[in-house]
Amino acid sequence: MENTVNIFLYGKKYTVPASLTIMGAMEYAGYQLKRGCGCRNGFCGACATIYRIKDDRELHACLACQTKVEDNMYIATLPFFPLIKQPYDIEKVKPTEQIMMQLYPEIYACIGCNACTNACTQELNVMQYIAYAQRGEYEKCAEESFDCVMCGVCSSRCPAGISHPQVALLARRLNGKYLAPESKHLTDRVQEIKDGTFEELLQALMDKPIDEMKELYNNREIEK
Amino acid sequence: MYNKEMTESIKKVEANRKANTDFEPRRMTAEEKDTLLATYHPDYKQEEFRTLAVGPNKGGKVPTELAALLQAHSRIDPAKIDLSAPDYDVDVLVIGGGGAGASAAIEADNCGANVMIVTKLRIGDANTMMAEGGIQAADKPNDSPAIHYIDAFGGGHFAAKPELLYKLVNEAPEAIQWLNDLGVEFDKAPDGTMITTHGGGTSRKRMHAAKDYSGAEIMRTLRDEVLNRGIPVVDFTAAIELIKDENGKAAGAVLLNMETDELLIAKAKTVIIATGGAGRLHYQGFPTSNHYGATADGLILGYRAGAKLLYADTLQYHPTGAAYPEQIFGALVTEKVRSLGAKLVNVNGEVFMHPLETRDVSAASIIRECSARGNGVPPADGLGVWLDTPMIEIKGGEGTIEKRIPAMMRMFGKYGIDIRKEPILVYPTLHYQNGGLEIDKGCMTNVENLFVAGEAVGGIHGRNRLMGNSLLDIIVFGRSAGKAAGAIAKETTVGALTLSHVTDFENELKNAGVETDMVSPKLLPDYRRTK
Repeated sequence: MENTVNIFLYGKKYTVPASLTIMGAMEYAGYQLKRGCGCRNGFCGACATIYRIKDDRELHACLACQTKVEDNMYIATLPFFPLIKQPYDIEKVKPTEQIMMQLYPEIYACIGCNACTNACTQELNVMQYIAYAQRGEYEKCAEESFDCVMCGVCSSRCPAGISHPQVALLARRLNGKYLAPESKHLTDRVQEIKDGTFEELLQALMDKPIDEMKELYNNREIEK
Repeated sequence: MYNKEMTESIKKVEANRKANTDFEPRRMTAEEKDTLLATYHPDYKQEEFRTLAVGPNKGGKVPTELAALLQAHSRIDPAKIDLSAPDYDVDVLVIGGGGAGASAAIEADNCGANVMIVTKLRIGDANTMMAEGGIQAADKPNDSPAIHYIDAFGGGHFAAKPELLYKLVNEAPEAIQWLNDLGVEFDKAPDGTMITTHGGGTSRKRMHAAKDYSGAEIMRTLRDEVLNRGIPVVDFTAAIELIKDENGKAAGAVLLNMETDELLIAKAKTVIIATGGAGRLHYQGFPTSNHYGATADGLILGYRAGAKLLYADTLQYHPTGAAYPEQIFGALVTEKVRSLGAKLVNVNGEVFMHPLETRDVSAASIIRECSARGNGVPPADGLGVWLDTPMIEIKGGEGTIEKRIPAMMRMFGKYGIDIRKEPILVYPTLHYQNGGLEIDKGCMTNVENLFVAGEAVGGIHGRNRLMGNSLLDIIVFGRSAGKAAGAIAKETTVGALTLSHVTDFENELKNAGVETDMVSPKLLPDYRRTK
């Protein structure tokens, strides 16, 4: 007999194989998922889930597709959380402190409770990246928040009503567009293409018989 | 974490690690590759394919699972659908909320078109989000779009449509610039030089990345941009049938609210299918690296409306899906792991191939190692070979893994495997739909005003795709489809709406003697336990 555990989906008890993830266990129990299931690989944040082990005071957050079931696990999924997303024009904003004050002033109401960090399903230092955002240190905020999957669990725990994933996304876009150094070789190549530099070469390749293309491909030099 | 047999094998991997790291395996010759593919690649198993009895590709072969859906009944009875009072009336309707759909919507918006996205899950629930390794573009001085063309054309077995491949490689640098200007954070050196690596089958290091969250970084930025522009996104709503007008042009779609089952009508001047791939059809019983909604819906919609398929008989099995532990069975282990120096090693600790052959060749080689050669590592169930990740730290220095492939470190770390110190077990996983709906260089199908972009397109890559050319194609062709659909919408007047093609297709099925109780598109897989 396979090892099994008892879990409680929205309070209802099911006995499932101990090797399953929470998502797998829900399907084993008979749920046909629509919400709360996306990439099934830990990248999309669709399956944010909160759980508590019976009689334990601590509340845990996780991604259902990335977490194994445990005995006496009380599970509730959080397939949607109403984050605040402020619209802005990426061409017009500037990477200054003012932009955060303007769009997400609530970050300055952070009380330093660290509930966001404790809840993060990606084990990010959420409170730290919010601190960087407060100071307009967008490069640091971008690096610290990079692995965020925007599941929203941090925001669900925040007494100040901060939408951390949106703050981090703004910081990353500001960093990517305005603060990271320009790639000169990219700018040059785009210009060369506009000037038609490779046109003749490409046309010639497109017109070549397959045998000649095979010859070219099989004997091409490969950069070490 | 690893069991006894695996631990025994790991000892051999460790003993050979230093020598294996320094060893430069030779690449296979063209003849060796051809024989290997014909013998071991799943695309060559004739019994897994079926000949289509109806539709634009009648007489052509596609995977059995796809044939069943292409020749299934509609989810609707056209006689019961009222097309006279559309719930939505837009210029451009984009079906699908992944990278291609979002790029198309942004460019259609730039054209001044009234554009709307419908998606059966959320915007961003797409294979784009899960693409880890990177995106190709020939933007380094030792590289050129012509070299990129040769790599991709050869890697795809000389089957790509030249005009589509031309567009892919020639517009690649601009695609990177566009993303960079939207705020996508590419890995760069302090002087701004893009940090680029090899992918399987590339002859120049042109793989741009954002750590191993490349697709996620692109997708979340595009999604943010769509929302900033106020482009309406109707989520949890699937397109289940295309609508045409009396002149045979695509003119909208019948939509299904996934949660309430309500049917809705969207009228549009032009339609873009950007519905992605098919991994969740689990061809030949393979696990998949794809997202939950990858069920080839767009191919079904297009086919029923008369659009032709190209290369729908060729799939990509990514050589390195996770084979252990079972909780992540089939999950993608990015090719970047090999780009950074990890090699494939068999049960005896031997490097059995060059780690950067093209994906189809690598997958077939792993299958051969585990079958005919009997050199697979036995995990709990199934087989696999080692991907010796600690080589990365030997080659690139301590900390390389955490810096360059944090998602991989996290994924295995959750199951007690430290990829900096231990190798990981891999086996091919269903990854990409090489074929799809055929388009011209303006992204239009043979059905007027029906455009396609992204993984639902066939012909850009030929019969195999190189790493990093898919993130590229969703941007290049997504943008292009958006521009074209936006421009053509301006000159289009929609005639009376009709679903007669759905009725016609149903009659065709009957006349061909196709008997089935299946309906399509599939929309979602069903993983409930069957007792």
